[in-house]
Amino acid sequence: MPESETTGLRVMPPRLPSWLSRAVAPLPLAPLQPALALMLARISRAHPDLYDRLGNHAEKRFGIGPTDLPFAFVLEPRPSRPLARAVRSLPGGLDASIRGPLAGLIGMAEGTLDGDALFFSRVLWVEGDVAAALALRNAIDDARIDFGKLLLGGFGPLGVRFADAVRQRIRTLPAAGGTSWS
Amino acid sequence: MELICPAGTPASLEAAVEAGADAIYCGFRDETNARNFPGLNFSRDELKKSIAFAHRHGVKVLVAINTFARAGSFGLWQAAIDDAVAAGADALILADLATLDYAARRHPAQRLHVSVQAGAANPDAIRFYAESFGARRVVLPRVLNVMEIAAIVRESAVETEVFVFGGLCVMEEGRCSLSSYATGQSPNMNGVCSPASDVAYAERDGQVVSTLGGFTINSFGKGEPAGYPTLCKGRFATPKGSGYIFEEPVSLDAAVMLPALRDAGVTAFKIEGRQRGRAYIAGVVRSFRKILAAIDEGRSPPAADLAAMAEGQTSTVGAYRKGWR
Repeated sequence: MPESETTGLRVMPPRLPSWLSRAVAPLPLAPLQPALALMLARISRAHPDLYDRLGNHAEKRFGIGPTDLPFAFVLEPRPSRPLARAVRSLPGGLDASIRGPLAGLIGMAEGTLDGDALFFSRVLWVEGDVAAALALRNAIDDARIDFGKLLLGGFGPLGVRFADAVRQRIRTLPAAGGTSWS
Repeated sequence: MELICPAGTPASLEAAVEAGADAIYCGFRDETNARNFPGLNFSRDELKKSIAFAHRHGVKVLVAINTFARAGSFGLWQAAIDDAVAAGADALILADLATLDYAARRHPAQRLHVSVQAGAANPDAIRFYAESFGARRVVLPRVLNVMEIAAIVRESAVETEVFVFGGLCVMEEGRCSLSSYATGQSPNMNGVCSPASDVAYAERDGQVVSTLGGFTINSFGKGEPAGYPTLCKGRFATPKGSGYIFEEPVSLDAAVMLPALRDAGVTAFKIEGRQRGRAYIAGVVRSFRKILAAIDEGRSPPAADLAAMAEGQTSTVGAYRKGWR
């Protein structure tokens, strides 16, 4: 087989530079909370099927921990009053937590990266109720959520273009685990 | 040569269609299919809509109802068969003699495939399924080398389908009790191998330790690629030392064997992974589509470059090239 030609599968996420993590560390989390609440409300409205897949796991508390950011997220997807908030570190008492580089978590949620492959490569780490974590992963994968558009779509085509530009920029960063995207 | 691709959700099914699948296999969201995982699989309505989507794109949908029916609950399997036929399934993938018998009698025009779970690994067994139930295709267990497959094809009147990529069972398809031993649930009866509800991960002394039903399955050092928490791929302490005594965490990748399997007379190549996300399905299907196109055109096939998708980030051609039994 010719070495120059491959089928070119994207598998590894990049890691945010440490200077960015240091730069955002002193910033208050309060401005993030309404954006998260808005995003979760939009997801709940646009993807009601997500709750069918989650089943009883919708009532559980999930921790989402980007390993290259100085804060994390707590998610309670329950259909009646969904809740998402940013926290300095994940609290105790969570049912399940998922940790990995931000681009990996977003890539997995948007369906551009495979969660099992991230787990095999040790880029992704799951703790607690593995069934709940799997149900969340599968439900979100089926929902085909575009987080950039959800967060910035309110700003019109300019917001969508900005989200795409950020995504492109993140892809050029060095990969977690030392492997670059192909 | 047909490319048969997995789908655990409607979104995955659409991704497989867009990536170039000839046919897609999927199952209902219950214990009638061997990938009964949390958040996965199809409702009746989703299956109907997904089959319509696939058919609009000229792609077939095969519905896997391939667990073994539990005594006293056969109605669940009967309903799955009836509903899959009503939804327009192009074929049913069955393993249990009772489900094959029911489907053949109740829906005589429905195309039936024998699941890998049936473990039909010789011409006599395959002939039995064909003559008794009118089965048109058999999915061969991953225990045969290419010469054995060629011999089976020569002696069988039905089509054959073989796995070419993905998770690898260790030689006991349809007969494995390891998951049952640890958790009380098995892929054959409940559709779950190592159910997620019984899995736990913990970090101890810099190692990631996986447990299943309280049994320690494996311990991965820093940077060491991980595998699924299945007993068959666990590391065991024995009087002769510690290590993998059944199989290492490894996935099947038979891309290099495709020309030989085609020459052996195989009808269809199957990709495992209904439990995987859209990224896996789109990526692996697209890769195999390119490889098959190159083989069809007599060109050198491109390297699949799928190692990162593999369990333990390691691949094997499995029994296709193994000389031992």
